[in-house]
Amino acid sequence: MTLVEIFQQLLPGMGRSVGIFFCTLVLSLPLGLLVAFGRMSRIRVVQLIFKAYISIMRGTPLMLQLMVVYFGPYFIFGIRITDSYRLYAVLIAFAINYAAYFAEIYRGGIESMPLGQYEAAQLLGYTKTQTFFRIILPQVIKRILPSVTNEVITLVKDTSLSFAIAYLEMFTMAKALAAAQRSVLPYIAAAIFYYVFNLLVAVIMEKAEKKLAYYR
Amino acid sequence: MNLLEMTHIQKSFDGVPVLKDISLSVKQGEVLSIIGPSGSGKSTLLRCAAMLETIDGGEIRYLDRKAAWMENGKPTGPKGKEKKEIQSYFGLVFQSFNLFPHYSVIRNITDAPIHVQKRNKEEAYQEARSLLERMGLADKEDAYPYQLSGGQCQRVAIARALALNPKILFFDEPTSALDPELTGEVLKVIRSLADLDITMVIVTHEMEFARNISDRIIFMDKGVIEVQGTPDEVFQAEHTRMREFLGKIHQN
Repeated sequence: MTLVEIFQQLLPGMGRSVGIFFCTLVLSLPLGLLVAFGRMSRIRVVQLIFKAYISIMRGTPLMLQLMVVYFGPYFIFGIRITDSYRLYAVLIAFAINYAAYFAEIYRGGIESMPLGQYEAAQLLGYTKTQTFFRIILPQVIKRILPSVTNEVITLVKDTSLSFAIAYLEMFTMAKALAAAQRSVLPYIAAAIFYYVFNLLVAVIMEKAEKKLAYYR
Repeated sequence: MNLLEMTHIQKSFDGVPVLKDISLSVKQGEVLSIIGPSGSGKSTLLRCAAMLETIDGGEIRYLDRKAAWMENGKPTGPKGKEKKEIQSYFGLVFQSFNLFPHYSVIRNITDAPIHVQKRNKEEAYQEARSLLERMGLADKEDAYPYQLSGGQCQRVAIARALALNPKILFFDEPTSALDPELTGEVLKVIRSLADLDITMVIVTHEMEFARNISDRIIFMDKGVIEVQGTPDEVFQAEHTRMREFLGKIHQN
């Protein structure tokens, strides 16, 4: 089998990998902001709950979390696992894991904002919500973009962990193909896919950073 | 009726008293300067008046509407609409400007009128442009704060505060972050506002300026008002601590 044929075979898997990637971002970026608010809550209990949540999500392997989300319903509640649940399990596990990482990035950005920005906004009569979305968040996004890029690049590679529950994304297919063909070529094809994917991510994120460089 | 009335204000930080029973009032059209050594509580007093700090005792009123008071030993303030209305009475110009760096000059000035006061966009832009002209910054409306000098930033900050049409404008050491040349251009602008009968309370270390511009001056030391009166009365008063303070300034 040539490399081109392998790519053709892996194409549906690539689509699924890209799908996991985008869905995870769409879910975890807003969820991360909510978790960050919980983590910064002035109510002690809420703060502790979110602290524990972040600690667990960051302190245990994503692959293990994925398996717990996938097998948990059967082992704990005896619910029969359907085939379509595989994708949901992947998305749930990835979203809640990445939300924890993004939450800490958001928190760092929000806490780095000078108090004067809040005070100026208060004096000008902005409500708390307006202050956050008009004044604080836009500046936070600029500050955290490099750290977010890091996480996004990691996410591209982490999509391959889906093989642990046999969801047929690119890596799971490449693995199967390599075993069937007794060839290392599918792995090389996989490597090229991830590398090019991340190259694109890096280029896009750099563009975004440049776009936000209009102020300091 | 006094525009601003502060009575028996007390404020401590971590048990250290910063304001000890301070009372003062500001009339419509009056320019009041507060002078005194660093750590005397001038800025804290201003920040209490601007509702950036909660008081530990006393009462603050704007046009006889209560802005802060004590209830069963606890600091209380107005809520909702009442709070919003009282807050719209005053504006504050900070020592460090606190412009919004992601907004252009014109947007810094128009954003609050449009999104807080819900004013007409065209009108807000027109008014902002005439304010910028008055500040001598007509050609800077599309610039971003990082492209401006400190003096220009401070003038934008003054325009931003004025755009909301406050009844009283507070200045918290508006020139302390600026070199003498830039200080001059900001003081000139503030002086031009005084000529327009805008009510102002200015915390400053610029003694000559305070003397020239003010209707009344307050000298504070260690959380207490030590001397107050017209500029001439204050600068001629035989008060040891103040003579010492002014003496040091003149030596420099």
